[in-house]
Amino acid sequence: MKNKRDLILSAILLIVLFCVSWFVNGELDSYIRRIVNLCLIYAIIGLSMNVTNGFTGQFSLGQAGFMAIGAYTVGIFTVPVELRANVFYAVPMNPLIAGIQMPVWLALIVGGLLAALVAFLICTPVLRLRGDYLAIATLGFSEIIRICITNASSFTNGALGIKDIPPLNDVRYIFVVTAITFAFIAALINSSYGRAFKAIREDEIAAEAMGINLYKHKCLAFMISAFFAGIGGGLYGALLGTVDPKNFLFTLTYNFLLIIVLGGMGSITGSMLGAVIVTAGLEYLRIFDEPLEIFGTMIPLFRPGLRMVMFSALLMACVLFWRHGIMGTREITWSKLIAFCKNPLGFFKRKGASQ
Amino acid sequence: MEFFQGLLNMSGASFAQHMVNGISLGSLYALIAIGYTMVYGILLMINFAHGDIVMMACYFAYFGITIFHVPWYFTFIGVIVATALLGAVIERMAYRPLRDAPKNSVLISAIGASFLLENLANYLFSGRPMSFPDIPLLSQNIAVGSIKIQAISLVIPVITVISLLVLLHIVNHTKTGMAMRAVSKDYEIARVMGINIDNIISMTFIIGSALAAIGAIMWGIRYPGITPYLGVMPGLKCFIAAVIGGIGNIKGAVLGGFILGLGEILIVAFFPELSGYRDAFAFIVLIIILFYRPTGILGERTTEKV
Repeated sequence: MKNKRDLILSAILLIVLFCVSWFVNGELDSYIRRIVNLCLIYAIIGLSMNVTNGFTGQFSLGQAGFMAIGAYTVGIFTVPVELRANVFYAVPMNPLIAGIQMPVWLALIVGGLLAALVAFLICTPVLRLRGDYLAIATLGFSEIIRICITNASSFTNGALGIKDIPPLNDVRYIFVVTAITFAFIAALINSSYGRAFKAIREDEIAAEAMGINLYKHKCLAFMISAFFAGIGGGLYGALLGTVDPKNFLFTLTYNFLLIIVLGGMGSITGSMLGAVIVTAGLEYLRIFDEPLEIFGTMIPLFRPGLRMVMFSALLMACVLFWRHGIMGTREITWSKLIAFCKNPLGFFKRKGASQ
Repeated sequence: MEFFQGLLNMSGASFAQHMVNGISLGSLYALIAIGYTMVYGILLMINFAHGDIVMMACYFAYFGITIFHVPWYFTFIGVIVATALLGAVIERMAYRPLRDAPKNSVLISAIGASFLLENLANYLFSGRPMSFPDIPLLSQNIAVGSIKIQAISLVIPVITVISLLVLLHIVNHTKTGMAMRAVSKDYEIARVMGINIDNIISMTFIIGSALAAIGAIMWGIRYPGITPYLGVMPGLKCFIAAVIGGIGNIKGAVLGGFILGLGEILIVAFFPELSGYRDAFAFIVLIIILFYRPTGILGERTTEKV
């Protein structure tokens, strides 16, 4: 009964949001569309990072590398064949792939699968590690991926990057991908796999004693995370219209780290909230990068770079003073929303009493 | 066969040249790696901000000499003091409030501190590369036989050895050093025994950062281009050096630094085709080491207990 209600409500919400995305796409200017798209893409990657870092408790910093794989797959295979000689003017494209062109959706899936394949290959050495070592090893792999991309010129055009990717600034398209990602990850987390992930997060040794195959589940979480990071990266590349190895420095991963820390490590809805707040926040903080004039005097503090200082200070403040983020490991569910709507004041009171 | 061409064509003189370069780079890595290994030995965390402390030290030197025209020897002392203080401040602000927090929070805080320092440098000093002040005495070329060596390449290993001896003396023969060793052996028991943990941790950061400042000054003379992101790659590599040697072990960090520095230079020298992959070398070594000997070359083996 409850499940059925939740399902219907979710379907209604999806349809409403899809209509909204249709409206945004048709009525609003391309700048707003771009921000909305970036929010959605960051939500996908934030969710993917939450699978390993939040739910399975494996602190991985490899997201930028997996994104690069997805973005380059989209870049390489969606540039029209006739434009490729122009793009690959320094080193001609490898004849193996020069003639292959794919629609975006196929390139996205291929990119995701490639990222998952790479994750599978590196999970044997990496997943024996824990904590800090895992973080630095995944960070290392993300750099190795980037360095390989920079050097494999006949496939990736090296440091010049790939231009002329057919731009994809279509909110509906990206919304659908985000919705699928959200649904998949929500279903995964509520399945027996998801419970196994959480058990590993809480206590690896106890989980193993309960019969959970640590290696298999960690590897699975890692691959799923890489798959969606690849898809998100592909969308990111398509949104920008150009990919460049410099776009995928490991500092890119810090954006998603902030998203999941702010939203709550181990909360799907938290990641969505975090993605919207961080992306929109970063856009609106842009005013701090421009010179500001109040009553004819220049405020000297405002100059390029201040935005990123505030961004990193926010990350610090978040982890120092607000360690659980907005949601912690809780979720926004329909039951809670309904309880809240019925009795907005009593909702918080009751929760306070139960804690 | 063509691949090994670089190896076959190498003459004795150019080999010696590469060895000198490798040893001086290795010494720099060693100095910076010590900071990582000391902090890890005590707090069991990667001080991600350590590489950025190196970067800040370079900027301090730049401001001292180029902007304020202080003589270089005074500047260098000032830089070491300022950097040591910076290290202590970072510990106080970013790590101390999280002493009892889960490890992942500390890790995020460390990443945040590093990111904040980079962005602050970018904001305050602008992202344009600046050139490290030229000190003719140290940057001149000396001809030894048929090879030319920058004076600093010869100074670096000497300074490293001296710093290392001083450090080993502090750690092994002073009360502070004894307390440090006690804290790294068992944090709780050391506290019960009346050691002021916070002071010892601050001291660790001060010593590590001072060594990083010495490394940074020599780094700046050797590779004179300062950018806000200068410390990132050396930082990661020096952490890797500390892991290779066995984290928590000072001699191990030095050994790891030399292995990494020499390896990096020699691989590029022997196989010029691989020079694009130079930065990947350290990570590959890291993964191999973690796979076969996770506690490093000189580290003690430990097992996970419930």
